[in-house]
Amino acid sequence: MSAEAVTRLDSASEAPRNVGVGLILRRLLRDPVAVFALGVLTLLLIALLAASLVAPYDPLRQNLRLRNSPPGTPSAIEGGFPHVLGTDELGRDLLSRLIYGARVSLAVGLGSALLSGTVGTALGILAGYHGGRVDDLIMRLVDLQMSFPFLLLALLVLYALGPGFHNVILVLALVRWMVYARVARGLTLAMRNSPFVDAARVTGNSDLRIIRRHLLPNLASPLVILFTLEIAALILGEAALSYLGFGVQKPEPSWGLMIEAGKSYVSTAWWLTTFPGLAIFLTALSLNLLAASLRSISDPVLRERWLNAGERTRQ
Amino acid sequence: MIAWLARRLLLSVAVTFVVLTLVFVAGRILGDPVRLVVGIEASEERVQQVRENLNLNQPLGEQYLSFLNDAFSLQFGTSFWQKVPALPRVLERIPATLTLTAAALALAVPLGITLGALSALRPWSRVDRLTNVISLGGVSVVEFWLALMLILIFPVRLGWFKTSGYGGIEYLVLPALTLCYKPLGRIAQITRSAMLDELAKPYVKAARARGLAERRVVFVHALKNAAVPVLTISGDELAALLNGAIIVETVFAWPGIGRLTIQALERRDLPMVEATVFVVAIFIIATNLLVDMAYTWLNPRIRFSGAGAA
Repeated sequence: MSAEAVTRLDSASEAPRNVGVGLILRRLLRDPVAVFALGVLTLLLIALLAASLVAPYDPLRQNLRLRNSPPGTPSAIEGGFPHVLGTDELGRDLLSRLIYGARVSLAVGLGSALLSGTVGTALGILAGYHGGRVDDLIMRLVDLQMSFPFLLLALLVLYALGPGFHNVILVLALVRWMVYARVARGLTLAMRNSPFVDAARVTGNSDLRIIRRHLLPNLASPLVILFTLEIAALILGEAALSYLGFGVQKPEPSWGLMIEAGKSYVSTAWWLTTFPGLAIFLTALSLNLLAASLRSISDPVLRERWLNAGERTRQ
Repeated sequence: MIAWLARRLLLSVAVTFVVLTLVFVAGRILGDPVRLVVGIEASEERVQQVRENLNLNQPLGEQYLSFLNDAFSLQFGTSFWQKVPALPRVLERIPATLTLTAAALALAVPLGITLGALSALRPWSRVDRLTNVISLGGVSVVEFWLALMLILIFPVRLGWFKTSGYGGIEYLVLPALTLCYKPLGRIAQITRSAMLDELAKPYVKAARARGLAERRVVFVHALKNAAVPVLTISGDELAALLNGAIIVETVFAWPGIGRLTIQALERRDLPMVEATVFVVAIFIIATNLLVDMAYTWLNPRIRFSGAGAA
């Protein structure tokens, strides 16, 4: 007990050390949780880029004789790849649909995160840098949207626009931009009157140049972390909208849609709902874990605690 | 205090105004309301009738004004789907949603705080990593899938609880369990980081130097101060909880506002949609107002720094 107290007291006076990329990478790869997250995301990237190469079957090809076959059912074709995860209610290969579904989920997640990130960051910087009435207007809107359930807002707009892949991206961007605006505005406000911005101003830089060359680089790391978190949130959002019937439409293989289709068979064919949900869960979890690691790395105080932690637990 | 309250109420009216405008834009400008209401294959007669009903023959500005007038006098018209005034039907659903969210919070708050404190006790240890994965799992899971997995395990395999409907506790268990996981995860995360901040402060060092047991230092001294940010249930959290409620209510056929909203949207019942969104907005505003008032009352620093904290 007393030994523990001693190490705790010591750790409060952690000495800063030089941190290179190599050290961080080594530490990251030694952390089983981070390795797991990076592994899952790599697999997803492969699915995104080469779905047609890795998927054993056409995700839309039906085989009604193999309806709702359990995982491990051998292929109907001689020497064909077995249906490792089973087949769905129309006899389509579940694994292939999951791989193609990754494409839909990630495209929606990345697309709407990029769109909302660009708009939100721009408006946030504008609000923080400009201040005054512009700031008031933008931030009131941010507060308003923050306190309103974004799913309800998205449903309302999709109700008017009609469902579909592109509309979902647009709508999700529309309902999540304020997250970036709030962060970008806060950071800009904190830096606006700092000496380095003043110095840039007196040496004759234009506002646009100050924002681009001096503010944005300092905003980058928190915004990248937020971006990672938002992709996860948006993938969940897409799944929910598709599940409720207002998102991506059949026969497109979306994970949310697959769960919706499988829910009528939940007591007889558990794999129809279990695997797509697991895919969503693992994707979002990996993104959240990665964001947590990135936060530890990018914040100097947390980084010290994080780098020291491995040694302390091994004592 | 009265000036502050007046300002807040004024702001709330402005917010309601914006929400109503949004509903108007979504329902009547972005989409053709007649098409939204009757569908494409409706007869010409029916289209004319609906047009008449919704006052769509008037100019847009006039429509907007009469819509606002109706809304502020709480007249949302007759539901197309249930053929009764829409607003009372929406108000009926409030208790169910309140029960569900309250039950979920009652599970999430104590469990989340315990989990977060446990993981802050030994940062980056195995326990911390495990609880971290558990709490991040909460923000990574889609509620409708979790709901189906719980249904698969409890009612289907074990024969426990009820899968859908409204009534006694056996109906409440599964929806509440499903809904509590996300706030639980978030609360655990907030507690952990607040605890780590507290544990790095001098008074903790002093408490340790005095030789207090580690457990006492962590759970009594640090946790008490860390609880302040945790217990401030912000408007964002309420919004997140309602997001979850929409889905959970739909899966478990729980007769709350979320399910009603989805049903109204599916049936293209414009008066009902307008009424639900209005009620949700008022509900959120009222809750935020109450939380703010409680917080102002509890924390004198905010109270005396003037009304600017709106």
